[in-house]
Amino acid sequence: MDSLLGKAGGWLALVFLSFIAMVMAADGGFAVHMGIIMTACLIALWVTISKADYAAIGRGILRAPADPGKYDDDPVRWGVIATLFWGMAGFAVGLYIALQLAFPVLNLGLEYTTFGRLRPLHTSAVIFAFGGNALIATSFYVVQRTCRARLAFPRLARFVFWGYQLFIVLAATGYLMGVTQSREYAEPEWYVDLWLTIVWVSYAVVYIGTIVKRSEPHIYVANWFFLSFILTVAMLHVVNGLTIPVSLLGAKSYSAFSGVQDALTQWWYGHNAVGFFLTAGFLGMMYYFVPKQAERPVYSYRLSIIHFWSLIFLYIWAGPHHLHYTALPDWAQTLGMVFSIVLWMPSWGGMINGLMTLNGAWDKIRTDPIIRMMVLALAFYGMSTFEGPMMSIKAVNSLSHYTDWTIGHVHSGALGWNGMITFAALYYMVPRLWGHPRLYSLRMVNWHFWLATIGIVLYAASMWVAGIMQGLMWREYGDDGYLVYAFSEVVSAMFPMYMIRATGGLLYLAGAVVMVYNVWMTLAGRVRDEKPMTQTPYDEAADKPLVAAPAE
Amino acid sequence: MTTLTQKHKKIERNITLLAVLALVTVMIGGIVEIAPLFWIDNTVEEVEGVRPYTPLEQAGRNIYVREGCYTCHSQMIRPFRDEVERYGHYSLAAESMYDHPFQWGSKRTGPDLARVGGRYSDEWHVQHLKDPRAVVPESIMPPYAFLAEKELEPGDMSAHLRALTRVGVPYSEEAIEKANEDLLTQADPMASSAEFEKRYPKVQIRDFDGNPDKLTEMDALVAYLQMIGTLVDFEAGEAQEQAR
Repeated sequence: MDSLLGKAGGWLALVFLSFIAMVMAADGGFAVHMGIIMTACLIALWVTISKADYAAIGRGILRAPADPGKYDDDPVRWGVIATLFWGMAGFAVGLYIALQLAFPVLNLGLEYTTFGRLRPLHTSAVIFAFGGNALIATSFYVVQRTCRARLAFPRLARFVFWGYQLFIVLAATGYLMGVTQSREYAEPEWYVDLWLTIVWVSYAVVYIGTIVKRSEPHIYVANWFFLSFILTVAMLHVVNGLTIPVSLLGAKSYSAFSGVQDALTQWWYGHNAVGFFLTAGFLGMMYYFVPKQAERPVYSYRLSIIHFWSLIFLYIWAGPHHLHYTALPDWAQTLGMVFSIVLWMPSWGGMINGLMTLNGAWDKIRTDPIIRMMVLALAFYGMSTFEGPMMSIKAVNSLSHYTDWTIGHVHSGALGWNGMITFAALYYMVPRLWGHPRLYSLRMVNWHFWLATIGIVLYAASMWVAGIMQGLMWREYGDDGYLVYAFSEVVSAMFPMYMIRATGGLLYLAGAVVMVYNVWMTLAGRVRDEKPMTQTPYDEAADKPLVAAPAE
Repeated sequence: MTTLTQKHKKIERNITLLAVLALVTVMIGGIVEIAPLFWIDNTVEEVEGVRPYTPLEQAGRNIYVREGCYTCHSQMIRPFRDEVERYGHYSLAAESMYDHPFQWGSKRTGPDLARVGGRYSDEWHVQHLKDPRAVVPESIMPPYAFLAEKELEPGDMSAHLRALTRVGVPYSEEAIEKANEDLLTQADPMASSAEFEKRYPKVQIRDFDGNPDKLTEMDALVAYLQMIGTLVDFEAGEAQEQAR
């Protein structure tokens, strides 16, 4: 690569020199000759650049194995790197805006760094950049292996990866400049939405194309979840993104819907960004990586059928619980509440199916930090899918809505479930994708686990307290029949909670830094000299799944 | 149960069947829940007084949208005693019927703004936006001093109003044509405004940011903030005793 840069740079310098000479020429003949020399140098530059083997250069930078392998894994490797990169960016911005709420001076007095512009940057970075890249990478990894087929349309798969990165960059820079629709989790403007539609349709084509050319007759359960995630997100994005631009040469557009209809369309989208992006897609991950890492088959085949269909059917209805006691018609609110509560069951179906897959391998929680991460992810999935239905009950929601409790709920799901299962999947894939026998360090995975876990606990606990405190203080009446607290008093009461939350975020970010270092060293082919995780004696005879015995 | 799993095998081996069934399953909820809102008449009950935004108010609203104010402020008062006492009459669906997009919000890091109009003076708003802690020491709001410096450049307001008409806001042809003129008229107490006031009943005309030399983004945002929730006259709609 160095020689390519040197050669191309040399030719480019000659182009510039001859161009300058041509412009500054004292007579016409010299100018023409310099022009000819410049053209020759341009051609040489073109030849140099076009002959280079960029794939090889790319593999060199990423230290990917030269062996093409049985599967098309380049886009997956890029996706792993992109997931780590955007994850760090998203976590760091999250920590920064958490600190802004404690210390408003951190808004810096600049229009580009206000909380209002940075918060969408944080949410989009973690959900769509970190989560989205993790989903694309793992879905490409899983679909190839479970279908025993290479990716269909390899060029289109590469377009999906790079097109998606362009979408992220356009969205993120847009927020900083104030180019936003200000509809939660659907902030990008109309032309960025259109671009994402093209990328997403290509993603669906590659994914479904790979399933079509499978050499395995059966479509594995992980693929059902990935498939429903891809299709549903396409539907949600297209309908919710309907806008009329003011001008085809301007960023501003107006939503096709207004008021009540806009609110419900938006939360139909918003809640199913949670339901399909952050749940169905990540369940797809869970259904592949948990059984692989545990070396056990999925607990129940029947349960996976029942909970798949009921989950995707029920989730769509739950959106109105974001609009309790608003001007949305009562019937829609009640419908949303009822379906949200029913949704508890299929959600726990997924959790049970994941956790019980460890049947007969529970000792691995002690010996294998990756399994430990998966178990924690499933535990948080179960916890937040219980908390969610509870908060969607109108009476509870009257207290929790508009408060930090919602923020805490979102983060126990996002940090606990999505974050942990993603980290576990990355730790699983990295040595396999780069052809190394193991990770650089398992003890560092353990460090990551504990930093992240303590971080989540601090985060969630402080936001529960903050949210319930806000809700109670806002509605507190004194004996005199007047409201007790001014709004500003409630704001200042939040300070300690915001500090604890920021500490939790810092720990979570620190865990992610440990991960980046661990992955970096693994890519470099290094293995850390460390004590093994445990000395637990291993009894192969006892290590088998429990067989259900009929009741006497 | 075995029959269920046997039947399901068919779906698991056919990607077309699986994809179509999954898509149908996820479409049902949206169709049943959202579609009726567009044709059931009493979803948004007409209320006297609600009108489309003036060009200056819309420009101010666009700044509100641009700055992501919804990340901390709601515009939706729920029908609870404490909220009604703290913020004013609970919000009606009709009050946001011309809001593209809606800005009901989901978080109250700061207070609700659905009835902030007329609650404070223009000077208070300008001071508060420039340096929130100068007027509310406990505030954690970012400062927006740059709004007072930046000249308002909303682009062609006629094009904005035309786009809004396309999504259902009933601006008259005259309102669209005069949009750029109306934008200036609202911030200029000296301009002749009879026609403009007829187009937009209850409109507030004055220099909002205390700087008559320049039409700034502050003018537009304060003009918007001062009219939020002021269009419906709740005094006129006193509760009436039902005949038994």
